[in-house]
Amino acid sequence: MSGETALIQMSHISKTFPGVVALNDVQFTLQRGEIHALLGENGAGKSTLIKVLTGVEERNGGTILMDGEEISPRTPQEAQNVGISTVYQEVNLCPNLSVAENVYIGREPKKGGRIDWKTINQKSKELLARFDLHIDVTKNLDNYSVAVQQMVAIARAVDIDAKVLILDEPTSSLSTVEVEKLFDIMRMLKKQGLGVVFVTHFLDQVYEVTDTITVLRNGTYVGTYTTADLPRVQLVAKMIGKEYGDLNQRFISEKSVKATGEALLSLKDATSAGSIEGISLDIHKGDVLGLSGLLGSGRSEIVRLIFGVDHMSGGEMNLKGHKLHNKGTLAAIRSGFAFCPENRKTEGIVGDLSIRENIILALQAKRGMFKAISRADAQKIADEYIEKLEIKTPSADQLIRNLSGGNQQKVILARWLATNPDLLMLDEPTRGIDIGTKAEIQKLVVQLAEQGMAVIFISSEIDEMLRCCGRMIVLRDKKKVAELNGQEISEAAIMHYIAGGAENEPA
Amino acid sequence: MNRLKKLSKYQVFWPIVIFLLILLVNGIVSGGSFFEMRIVDGHLYSRIIDILRNGSKLMLLATGMTMVLATGGTDISVGSVMAISGAVACTIVAGGGNVAVAILVAILAGIVAGAWNGLLVSKIKIQPIVATMILMVAGRGIAQLITNGKIVTVNSDAYYFINGGYILGLPFPLFIVAFVVLLVMLFIKKTAFGLFLESTGVNPISSHFAGINVDRIKWMVYTFCGMMAAVAGLIESAGIKGADCNNAGLFIEMDAILAVAIGGTSLNGGRFSIPASLFGALIIQSITTSVYAMGVAPEITQVVKSIIVVVICLFQSKAFKESIAKKLNFRKAVKQA
Amino acid sequence: MNGQKAKKKFSIKNISLLITVVLFIVLFGAASVAYDNFFSFSTLFNLLNDNGYLIIASIGITFVLLTGGIDISIASTIAFTCVFSAFLLRMGVPPFVVIPLVLLIGLAFGALMGFMIHYYKLQPFIVTLAGQFFMRGMCAVISTESIPITNEFYKTMALSKITFLGGRIYFYVFIAVAVLIVALFVLKLTKFGRTVYAVGGNEQSAVLMGLPVARTKVSVYAISSFCAALAGVVFSFYTLAGNSLQNVGLELDAISSAVIGGTLLTGGVGNVIGTTVGVLIQGVIQTIVTYQNLNTWWTKVTIAGLLCVFIIIQRLIAIRAEKLKAAG
Repeated sequence: MSGETALIQMSHISKTFPGVVALNDVQFTLQRGEIHALLGENGAGKSTLIKVLTGVEERNGGTILMDGEEISPRTPQEAQNVGISTVYQEVNLCPNLSVAENVYIGREPKKGGRIDWKTINQKSKELLARFDLHIDVTKNLDNYSVAVQQMVAIARAVDIDAKVLILDEPTSSLSTVEVEKLFDIMRMLKKQGLGVVFVTHFLDQVYEVTDTITVLRNGTYVGTYTTADLPRVQLVAKMIGKEYGDLNQRFISEKSVKATGEALLSLKDATSAGSIEGISLDIHKGDVLGLSGLLGSGRSEIVRLIFGVDHMSGGEMNLKGHKLHNKGTLAAIRSGFAFCPENRKTEGIVGDLSIRENIILALQAKRGMFKAISRADAQKIADEYIEKLEIKTPSADQLIRNLSGGNQQKVILARWLATNPDLLMLDEPTRGIDIGTKAEIQKLVVQLAEQGMAVIFISSEIDEMLRCCGRMIVLRDKKKVAELNGQEISEAAIMHYIAGGAENEPA
Repeated sequence: MNRLKKLSKYQVFWPIVIFLLILLVNGIVSGGSFFEMRIVDGHLYSRIIDILRNGSKLMLLATGMTMVLATGGTDISVGSVMAISGAVACTIVAGGGNVAVAILVAILAGIVAGAWNGLLVSKIKIQPIVATMILMVAGRGIAQLITNGKIVTVNSDAYYFINGGYILGLPFPLFIVAFVVLLVMLFIKKTAFGLFLESTGVNPISSHFAGINVDRIKWMVYTFCGMMAAVAGLIESAGIKGADCNNAGLFIEMDAILAVAIGGTSLNGGRFSIPASLFGALIIQSITTSVYAMGVAPEITQVVKSIIVVVICLFQSKAFKESIAKKLNFRKAVKQA
Repeated sequence: MNGQKAKKKFSIKNISLLITVVLFIVLFGAASVAYDNFFSFSTLFNLLNDNGYLIIASIGITFVLLTGGIDISIASTIAFTCVFSAFLLRMGVPPFVVIPLVLLIGLAFGALMGFMIHYYKLQPFIVTLAGQFFMRGMCAVISTESIPITNEFYKTMALSKITFLGGRIYFYVFIAVAVLIVALFVLKLTKFGRTVYAVGGNEQSAVLMGLPVARTKVSVYAISSFCAALAGVVFSFYTLAGNSLQNVGLELDAISSAVIGGTLLTGGVGNVIGTTVGVLIQGVIQTIVTYQNLNTWWTKVTIAGLLCVFIIIQRLIAIRAEKLKAAG
């Protein structure tokens, strides 16, 4: 970083939301022709920093220099105009418009004051061909898979005359081949002198493609490092602010396997149109069964099926040997099932209700509308779980939306524990939660299993799965590809099966 | 002072205060005659009783509307359902039918209408505004078809009693309101319905995942709202001693929504308070009555009401509050600089 | 697989317009068979003459519906325009002042509603419902009596027509045709038009793609109200009077036209040709009801029923598409 001005120089950036300091005196420097990883745990401030840079959020303090000149984009449009373009994790295109239009909307070529559709279709076809994407660009975007949509989004971002390209976790929906293709493109752009900001939570990808790493933690700047010089363990330590060894202890010491006797719940060839195919599994009391696989592999879909959210189109489900027809969530609750869904905000919490109401909600539903839980009983139940799960709140009257993510998750857990379930299903229960609470929840899962509850545990963090699960089912492409027990469970084994299993055995 | 602060936390607090203020202003303007009470033939007469009696329809509608709005929906068909109910009852009574039967059939018609709205909203998942707009427009047509396009007049003292009757010196509609509200409050208190309703309004997906039958809750409230509209329609038609399909309950949906909004229930769904909505209804009624008394053209109240609704919504809007706060801060900053 | 699915989807989109056109032809054909001297260009032209104003208003509301919003204030805006125009004309204000003025009021009123909806995140239905009452109230404030229009220019506009193929087309129909052409052009061939679709498809994406979402959302409500005001001007040519209670419930007619014409109420899909055919379908129903000598309320009931059927079909198609999607 000699006398040459950086492409982007963000310094002393701060951003507060009501009650939360999201960014505190953060700096970030992007050079021309580099791929720069922006890393940090959930809640570290990566997204906020990017939103500030792209004009989605207004910063409270600090300066942003681009090529040495101050910029203050207030909308994504203004950011685009100065040459900052972004691809987000969720595909941010319009499903009802054609592929070509999605590439060109907002900057359509014109002829005689009219949009020149011929050129748009022609040019976008050529552009996508550069990405090895040979599709009919005049068809609506929603005819294509999420991966294709994501590639279209990237093509759009690249084609906009950009100097800075921000990729905010664009790889979560892409296959390995597609990720490789994306990396090729990133390298090509780097050669052209673009600055690429790459946000991801896959460390492998960081080491494969990036030159520089900037780490944020809890809204503060930790440091900027050359990728090649930073060992992986140190990177993780910087991200979580703890020595890695602390976390790596296992809660199930001997991986007790109790898979004997009659199963509590068994699925036989369970199929749900478009999400899972022919899944068979058994779960016993005291099991912690992990469902491993990539997003969309069918891991969440299995639990949604068991809980009666999704419809089972084939196969059967037996509870303690009796056939079960899943008719909606209430029936599932009454069968002794409980389910913490993946999206806490949209599917878990009821934001404007109090902690007490959130806790008794499922129990009340289980009992039925006419057997109301009295206020005093509700208070008792709520207080009991607030204490047991160490939910940090002044009182049960607090609205749940005012709690932190971790405490919200605990309330949802309390909601289900209050129904005294036989089977607890947790889909990404620790996502977006601080490390301390994470460990508490993991410990709780193991404890519950020891007390005889059956638990299905889903997480995209393999470490966490290794720590909690006594048995594991690995899924790929909607099918079960392996079942691992006790000592067979290892990161290598799981990766092996997720990546392609026996068919492409590493040579 | 502290106690007052605590009281003011209740949703019903401000509506009551505003209502009392309006009464007070009326009392002062009228030089006290506003509060006069007379007993004639054992019937209590006073302006306040008038407001209560005339506001009874709106109170009933507000009760139903509160629940619909609590789910995050809306029902703009209540006026038309009133017309249907009046048309049904009057046609039966005018045809020589039993008044009790007429009332039952009219209420049943309201229930069917409400259930239809509920079906469209909960099962077919049509936006509430569009779903209920269908009945809003078609409903008056249906009422016209029932009465064959004529204004049906009835000649039955038993039927008139619904609006004009007195029990213990108080107008009969007040007893209807009291009965309905008591029943509803009891139902909400004694069952978990209130919790399920609020939960549904705040986050229907989470509620579904927690085992609440969201569709059924919605269906219930729309049906109930239709039933309330039918009862209000009976009172209205008993008041004019006939069924006027074109004008019965015309534009009243706005008043009903406004009553709930004044009561402080958010139009986005969630927390609700029926007592607060009742006072909201009384506030509207007292304003309307006062405006009449002052001799101002009643059409102006429509304009004023629409402005009040927008203002209330603005104050419930987070974005609005933030932009105001920003402006204030900016001004402060300028002053300091 | 992708290609196949795409084909299916594509045809579904065309089918909805096809259904609309077929429905129109079937209704018109059935009426022609049932009634003597129904089948003529004169009947067809009269559909345009009688529904010109509705075409304009429906095209306006289509813009709002395309963004996924709703506007239920248009009927009152039409009424207000008529009453206010009649009032001003009676006071002797010349038409070339009156017409631009009422159009401007419509535009500003819509923009104001759009502003509150977008910037303060109020629900469109509540704002436009308030707008509906405001405008209706303002009508009554001006006059609760019907005001006749005696202005020469208005009279000329009311009566000027061309005779063509045995039927008559009034001049004001051409205003509707002009609106249709402009709307077609704007929606298909301008940035603004495409942004309208983008906002309806996914508003958040549109923001992140750097499209001017705020301006677009405010504009569609302004356009809707402007078209309503224009429809009001045409309607005052048509009736030569301003009445505070006219066109109650017209917003449903306009919304039904759009929906019957293939506009999705969730936004993002639809076009103004479909909307126009939707209006004509309603016109045919109205004509049939008249021929049949039925209570005019049957029209409203039938149209509401038709709207219902179309919305349910839309829902079923959407559900099917979701399932197809899930099936990969």
